[in-house]
Formats: sequence, structure tokens, C-alpha cells
Amino acid sequence: MAGRAQRNGTLIVLGALLIFLISLSLSGSNFWQSIVINLGMYIILVVSLNLSNGFTGVFSLGHIGFMALGAYISAILSLPLSQKALYLPHLPAWLAATHLDMMIGSFPLGFLLATLIAGLVVTGVALVVGLVLMRLSGTFVSLATLGFLVIVRIVLINANDFTRGSRTFSNVTQYTDLWWVYAWLLVAIYMVWRIKFSPYGRSMFAQREDTVAAQSVGIVIMRPRLFAFAVSAFFTAVVGALWAHYLTSFSPNAFYFDLAFSIITMMVVGGMGSITGSIIGPILITIISESMRRVEDLTQLYGITQIVLAVLFILVIIFRPGGLFGDREINFAAIWGRLRSGRGAGEPKPQNVE
Amino acid sequence: MSLPLYALQQLINALSIGSLYALMAVGLAMVFGILRLINFAHGDMMMVAAYIAAFALIAGIPLPIALLMMVLGTILITLVMERVAYRPIRTAPQVAALLTSFAVGQILENSALLVSRFARKPEQIAFPSIDLLRGTLKIQLAADVLQIPKVNVVSLVLGIVLLILLSLFVTRTTLGLSMRAAAEDLQAAQLMGIDTNRVIVTAFVIGAILASVAGLLYAVQSGTINPIMGFSPVLKAFIAAVIGGFGSISGAVVGGFTLGLLEVVLTAVPGLGDILPAATTSPGVISFFKTYLPSSLTSYRDAFVFVILILLLLVRPGGILGTTDRDSAR
Repeated sequence: MAGRAQRNGTLIVLGALLIFLISLSLSGSNFWQSIVINLGMYIILVVSLNLSNGFTGVFSLGHIGFMALGAYISAILSLPLSQKALYLPHLPAWLAATHLDMMIGSFPLGFLLATLIAGLVVTGVALVVGLVLMRLSGTFVSLATLGFLVIVRIVLINANDFTRGSRTFSNVTQYTDLWWVYAWLLVAIYMVWRIKFSPYGRSMFAQREDTVAAQSVGIVIMRPRLFAFAVSAFFTAVVGALWAHYLTSFSPNAFYFDLAFSIITMMVVGGMGSITGSIIGPILITIISESMRRVEDLTQLYGITQIVLAVLFILVIIFRPGGLFGDREINFAAIWGRLRSGRGAGEPKPQNVE
Repeated sequence: MSLPLYALQQLINALSIGSLYALMAVGLAMVFGILRLINFAHGDMMMVAAYIAAFALIAGIPLPIALLMMVLGTILITLVMERVAYRPIRTAPQVAALLTSFAVGQILENSALLVSRFARKPEQIAFPSIDLLRGTLKIQLAADVLQIPKVNVVSLVLGIVLLILLSLFVTRTTLGLSMRAAAEDLQAAQLMGIDTNRVIVTAFVIGAILASVAGLLYAVQSGTINPIMGFSPVLKAFIAAVIGGFGSISGAVVGGFTLGLLEVVLTAVPGLGDILPAATTSPGVISFFKTYLPSSLTSYRDAFVFVILILLLLVRPGGILGTTDRDSAR
């Protein structure tokens, strides 16, 4: 019964999403499309960050560094050859001659390849970095990963031949649209969901709750930590690629502390350890910051959005440290049960929707 | 310029940068020692101080009063921050506290932005020049002249004086003693009848005083101020505190000066290729510097510094002084 309700609930949500996306793309409203595209990318970022930070409790501040690498790697791969000769004249020959622009009909296979290559390269980086950093815990791992973010930024700024340094990297082809973002979003959510309810996922939560107890039942804590870090780096890099091919121009400044902090706010508000929370958090923050932006434009009080978000963040940490959802997920069976039996009519209170 | 003179000049640079880092690191370390809170907003306290000083000086308030306003204003904002944001989460996990301090930092930075907008000032404000700190000190040494910016000398002297005062406070007063007890074990200190709130507030206030001095000196050195000016110094202060073994005051001082020295060495040694006298040095040495340690390496300096941070966290989480800290990184 519960399984069927959960499946039907998921199908209903997917159907609603599909109808929403189709009507949005038919409406042709650029304004709303860009909000929804950005939201989708935020959700992937938060879901994947949650896999690493929320599930394993190893709180990384450096994920945006993976996003930056993903953006630059994929953009270098997909940049048209003429642009490459013009803007990046000092690239090594094999890169200068690479242009992933294969098409199957109207499907840009080259873009998919560039995204996947960027994701895999970054996963490799994450494995190396993680092998070193995942030994740390608590605030020390946060500081060390923050150090990683700073290092990535310095390297991007100084690797002039590849990145144009601190100048804007531009003329990237715009491939990313609603469908690319939401297809990747479904892949990411599906993967992270499967991981959460797999034995591997449970060992992540176990070692988060009590490292020593987890070790005593035979969990090698390094393995789930490294696995989570690498998978989440992959999806973070994918968002980097999507981002690059949506904005078409960017500089190292785009991938720094401000973005890292907004992603963390979305994750903490939604709930560390909850995939549902990782979807609701970005939606909530997007609604708040988009409406605050109107207020900012009206009152000319630029900066007030950030202040409101930071205050909200502190309030959540003080009064609801687990965020909206904590570790829990939405449970369609319980909602269905509650709907059928009327409100709270002797039914055990569902503990999952708040 | 002769080589010994170059070395001397760089050493003084190192010490003056080091004393700034030490001033910042001590504030971080004191709060961390007691609360296990890494106060990321510490750099923003420095920024707030620089803003108050800048606005006061621009308004034509005389220097002594402006400086007093700067210190008191920074203390006031720090007290509010402690009461509103940090006190309610004292028992929260360390990471939650760290994140809270990020949020506090965001609030301070954007408030500074709002205030400068109200005052119709640009995002980047030129820091008014202070006559006392302007110009360079010239010392005749044999045939050469040693030139040091006055502000560097003042940073060094002021830093050392403040740190000596602090060490007197911590070792010679009852409140200082309670602070050390609280850093050792907060709960035990509380059981011994120490008013922990008072101790914690004192730690924040001392941190605010040191940060405001550092903010002033930093602003004078760089000539301009902006809302995110505290970001890089606070990262450096973290590294300094980690080098010294996080939580130890003397360690933070040692860490600050070590980091200053390290940075200057990373900047100065690649520059040797240009400075070595070509007549007396063998060409091999000069070409070694130009090939393997070109001046362009300098731009990677901060990356090296952070690599060292990560290595330290892994290998010696207790700092280079080698305290066996019960809160090691693992």
C-alpha cells in the first residue's frame, strides 16, 4: 500500500512538473523561464551538496570550486575553433584543435560530451582532494575545503592560457535550456535518492551520527565519505557546465564565496540530509530573493536581500537547526492517508510533512 | 640595492604584516579557545572599524576622537553580535556556529554597503590619509638608505605593544585568569564559580579592540576600504591561528609572525633574480631564479599558503608548537 502510494505520488509530481515545463516553454516568457532555469540549477547544486555535506556530515565549503572547474573545462571543450584561436591563443595544440560540436539531428551531442567529460575530470579531482581532506572532520574540513575553493580561484585567475585569467570568458555557445536543466535534475535526484536508501547511504548517515559506533560495526568511514564527495562533485561540475552554456560568459568571480554561501543557505533551510528539503529550500529562497529584489528596486536599498536571507539563516539555525525537513522525505502514503481520513481523525500523526 | 639591505627591508615588511595577522589571529584564537567557535565575522569587525574611522575622519572629526569612536563602535557592534547571534547557539554543533558567523558577516558587509549608499559614497571608499602615518622613514645605513613606510613601523610597534598588554592582562588579572581557565574547560570553569558570560564577552571585546586597530592599519596601508576588505585578512588570520595551534593565544602570535615571514619569503625570494648584483653573482644562480622561481610565481603565493594550511591540518592539527590538542582535527 505505502509503496504504491509513494510511486503514484512520485508519478503525479513528475506529471505536474512536465505540464509545468511544457506550458512554461510554450508561454515564451523569458523572465519566468530564466528564473525556473536558475532554480533548477540551484536545486541540482543543493541536492548534490546535501549528498556530501548533509548525508555524511563532512561539511564542505569548497564545492563551488568544482562548479568553477566544470564550467571552465566544458566551455574550453565546446568553444568554436575560431573563437579559441582568437581568445585562447596559447592553448596546447590538442585542446586548440578540439571542438565538441557534434549534432544528432538537432540534439547537441557535443555539449553532452563536454558536460560528461567535465564531470568526470572533476570527479577525478574530487577523488584526489577527497582522499586527503575526507580524513578531517568538524570545522577543520570546512576550513580545508574553503582553502580548496581559494586555491581553485587563484589557479583559474593565473592560468591565463586556459581561462583568460580574471577577464571574462565569453562567446560560449548557449545550449542550456529548460529541458537540459530539468533532465539533469531528474538524473541527479534519482541517483541521490537511490544512494540515500542504499546500504551505502545508510552507512553515510551512521558514520555521521556516531563515527566510533559506525566503525565498530565494520563501516570504513572513508569509503562512504569519499563516494559521496565524488558523486556530489560530479553533479556540481555538471551544473558548472550547464551554467557556462546558459550564461555564455563568466569570470572566476562568479564562482566564489557569495555563491557558496547562497547554496549553503538553501541547503540548511531545506534540511541537511533531506532530498525533499533540497528541493523546497531553493524554491523558498528563490521566492524570497526574487520578491526582495523588487523591494530593492523600489526602495534603492541594495543589499537588503542578502541581509534578510542571512537573518533568516540565523533564525533557522537557532530555532530549527534541522531545517524544514531534517533528514526526512515527503511521504505520499501518509499524506494520502491524512487526506482520506480527514484531518487528524485518530490517524497517527505523519512525522514527515511539517 | 645591496642584498643585506634588501633582506633587512623584507624582514621589516614581514614583521609588520605579521603583527597585523597576529592581532587578528589572537582575537580568533581567544574566542575559539573558549567557545570552539570559528568566528568568520572577525574580518568584518575589522571592516566595520575601518568604515567608522573613515566616516568620522571624512566628517572632519579630530583624529583622537575618531579613533575612540572607531574602537567603541566596533565593541558595541561586537556585543550585539555576540548577544543576538552567538549566545543562542552556544551549544549547537561547531559547523552550525561557523555557518552562523558567515551569516553575521553577510549582514555586516551588506549593512556597510547600505550605509555607504545612504552617504552617497561609492562601493570603494578612499581612506582619508592620516598625517602621522604618511610617508616613509629613511635611515642612512653606510652607503645605502633604508626606506620603510611609516605605517609599517607603526603597525609593528603598535602590534607588539598591544600583544604585551594582552599577555599582561591574561597572566596578571583575575579576569584574565578566568579566561584561561574557561579556555581550558568551560564547564569546569563554570563549576568553579566563574561567570562564563563575562569571560566570553571579554574575549569578544578584546578581539574587537585588536581587530579595530588592525582594521585601521590595514586601511591606511591599502588606501581604500570596501565591504569585503575583511575577507582575505580573516582567512590569513585563520591560517595563522592554525599554524599556532588553534585556540592558543601565544600560538596565534607566533603563527601570525610566521605567516608574515612565509608570505614575504614567497614574494621576495622569486624577486631575487632581479635584485642580485649581476657583476658579483655567477650567472648560473641568476638564471636559476629566473627560470625556476620567476616573479610570476608570486601570484600563486596565496595558493601556496593555503596548501600549507591543508597540510598543517592533516599532519599537525595541534600547530607547529606541537601542543597535543584534545580537539585535534580528526
